Amino acid sequence: MSTFQIDFSSATRKRIIGIDLGTTNSLAAFMDLTGPEIIPGPDGSRMVPSIVSLAEDGSFVVGEPARRLLIDRPERTVYSVKRLMGRGIEDVQEELKLFPFRIAEGSEQVIRLQLGDRAFTPPEISAQILKELKRRAEAYLGEEVTQAVITVPAYFNDAQRQATRDAGRIAGLEVLRLVNEPTAASLAYGLDKRKEGIVAVYDLGGGTFDISILRLHEGIFEVLATNGDTHLGGDDIDNRLLSIALEDIASEWGEDLSHNGEAVQTIRQAVIRAKEELSFLPVTVIDIEYRGRRYQRELRRELFENLIRDIVDRTLGPCRQAMRDAGLEPEQIDEVVLVGGSTRIPMVRRAVETLFKAKPHTELNPDEVVALGAAVQAAILSGEVQDKLLLDVTPLSLGIETMGGVVSKLIHRNSTIPASATEVFTTSVDGQRNVLIHVVQGERELAKDCRSLARFDLKDIEPLPAGMARIEVRFLIDANGILHVSARDLRSGKEQSVEVKPSYGLTEEQVEAMIRESYEKAEEDLRERQVREARVEADNILAAVEKARASDAWLELSDEERAAIDAAINELQMVYHAGDHHLIRAAIEKLDNATRKLAENMMNTAVREALKGTKIE
Amino acid sequence: MRDFVLCLMAHVHDCWHCGAKDAASLFCRYCNTIQAPTPDYYEFFDLPRRLALDPEDLKNRYYTLSRLLHPDRYTRRSEQERRFSLEASSILNDAYRVLRDPIQRAEYVLREEGFPVGDQRNKDVPPELLEEVFELNMALDELRSGDLEVLPQLELFRRNFLDMLARIDEGLEELFRRHDAAEGDERRKILAEIRSTLNRRRYISNLVQEVDRQLAARNA
Repeated sequence: MSTFQIDFSSATRKRIIGIDLGTTNSLAAFMDLTGPEIIPGPDGSRMVPSIVSLAEDGSFVVGEPARRLLIDRPERTVYSVKRLMGRGIEDVQEELKLFPFRIAEGSEQVIRLQLGDRAFTPPEISAQILKELKRRAEAYLGEEVTQAVITVPAYFNDAQRQATRDAGRIAGLEVLRLVNEPTAASLAYGLDKRKEGIVAVYDLGGGTFDISILRLHEGIFEVLATNGDTHLGGDDIDNRLLSIALEDIASEWGEDLSHNGEAVQTIRQAVIRAKEELSFLPVTVIDIEYRGRRYQRELRRELFENLIRDIVDRTLGPCRQAMRDAGLEPEQIDEVVLVGGSTRIPMVRRAVETLFKAKPHTELNPDEVVALGAAVQAAILSGEVQDKLLLDVTPLSLGIETMGGVVSKLIHRNSTIPASATEVFTTSVDGQRNVLIHVVQGERELAKDCRSLARFDLKDIEPLPAGMARIEVRFLIDANGILHVSARDLRSGKEQSVEVKPSYGLTEEQVEAMIRESYEKAEEDLRERQVREARVEADNILAAVEKARASDAWLELSDEERAAIDAAINELQMVYHAGDHHLIRAAIEKLDNATRKLAENMMNTAVREALKGTKIE
Repeated sequence: MRDFVLCLMAHVHDCWHCGAKDAASLFCRYCNTIQAPTPDYYEFFDLPRRLALDPEDLKNRYYTLSRLLHPDRYTRRSEQERRFSLEASSILNDAYRVLRDPIQRAEYVLREEGFPVGDQRNKDVPPELLEEVFELNMALDELRSGDLEVLPQLELFRRNFLDMLARIDEGLEELFRRHDAAEGDERRKILAEIRSTLNRRRYISNLVQEVDRQLAARNA
């Protein structure tokens, strides 16, 4: 009904871009007149590798140029940082064995990664990737971009979603919506053209696996169930091949290279190449040249498939669970869509085909389909697209810890979001002023086996005999899958203050400090640009004066005038290398004044020449 | 659809946006602006408080309201409208989840009518099931101690309980129809009957879950 309101301002509205912030690659897309389009970089590339390196001068190198630095400067370069988003130090111990993450000291509350002599949180590093995408978008679209839709794995929990939103804010982007990657993919596929039907989206990316089952109904994309594993993807296959190659090399060369960052990256890139080739060749060679030594090993697809079978099989359990949760049998699935680079592997395609008894869709590039869908969602938010609507679900149950550490579930997994639950709390001791609520996410019975989200402290409760206070707490999961908590004193009807202590991730203050720092950095960038521009102008005026020295106009000047010009030139040359554009501009101004007479003389000479010309004619 | 939304008049108040008197339910009937939503699930769907609902009709109403209320439609509206949209969508989703499931729907109506529904952790055995529950627990104990010979017996229990549930559900459908047709004290009497049926149902369905859990643990 709100669509009856006619909007006159849409023409002047800012564009919202869609971003796929991936483990391996990141992309931005926008809605063009004909449909969603990937935003290319200045070199025409469509993807930005999710690799960030800290240069010596403190600036960041992002994307393809940083890939090279993985080998040259492994201690200043990081990849697959998405695996650490919104996570605590104790739940990344497995990753630390497999990935060359250098955890900085003091990472108990928030993980910090060491890059050279500085330390950054995962959202700060992701923000550099987002900034690069923002720059690309602004250059390509020729306008400022400040609003975005960012995709996240459907199975991301609250902390991981918050971390992604924080990354957006640090990058100077207002994140209007976090949309689940498989759901975004279904939007890009335009599957709604078939109007009715059940679709399964199988999304195996670089670091995460998602399965979502949707019902399509007249433009409504209703997610029935979702499941997944936020630590399962192409990276795991790469690590499997990498460790085999390292062992093989160790026995062949008699040297263990597994602690040599440069060697490991060289080998890693070689096994990735081999993996990718096996998607369309029956046999390939892992070919490594390192410090003048050569390692070669033939790898047949058959052996490759045996090596990765258990990884592929790990995706099937979540698929079956999602079907059970949706109350569906494989025969009832009408279409299957493949998303994520790892679905190029023939064995993965076979596994999906066997499980769902349907030939999967592969028409769209599995690397790009999520970003394209994000652009469609962006267009839904801006109002450009009105006939589509996503109804997504929360992937994990939300509960509170009760007596004995048992979880009482408030919002069950696969509930359509926004979703809410209300619970009334009271005090257990006379005069008690605070009640602490521990909120967890997960399917297990005991709080210690679930993911701790936050502790909410109901403060300044009116002191009353035990059990008399009645505080109604409302838990609301918004359309981004992020939890909001509000509380009300039922006796007074007043809003009850709630203090949030996130279990992992950044506090509001920390995020704001990072945003400030990034602004300061932006100011630094601006200053640098102004200095550069002032120098260009100085170069121009200095060259012009030098040229004028050879003209008649120069000779017409008095000695004092010539001396004043030389003094001004001298002054400009002195401030030229100081990093202050105000000083340079002031000196330019002075030289400009000193050469006014010279310019006049030159103008007169030119006029005279011109008039002479006229007379002759 | 417009008529359907506008006739949601039970929850009327003045429009916060244009100030019109008695102008608003989900949307103001004058300026069409989204309003503070009603927390009552039936009112929200503009349905009378009946226990027998047509699932197809409920689904259509849900989709229509989703299109009108979802936060995606309010990204570029005022903060107040965005808040109401979030609030309204969450109530809509919660309401749909409850109303489309006959058991949750009945529990909701019982609560709203002042019949507290039994606690999930209620372990009191319904008297007519005493003997069966005793035998079941014996069998489960034997299973836990590794005796696989009780498996056929457990399967029999399970099927028996499922039959009971099916009979209860049929009975509930009948009770729902009677409830919807009745009024006043008669209606409350039926609600009390529905409550005791639901308690018994919950007890049996917990038994089935327990058997499934033990069998799954056995197979794992």
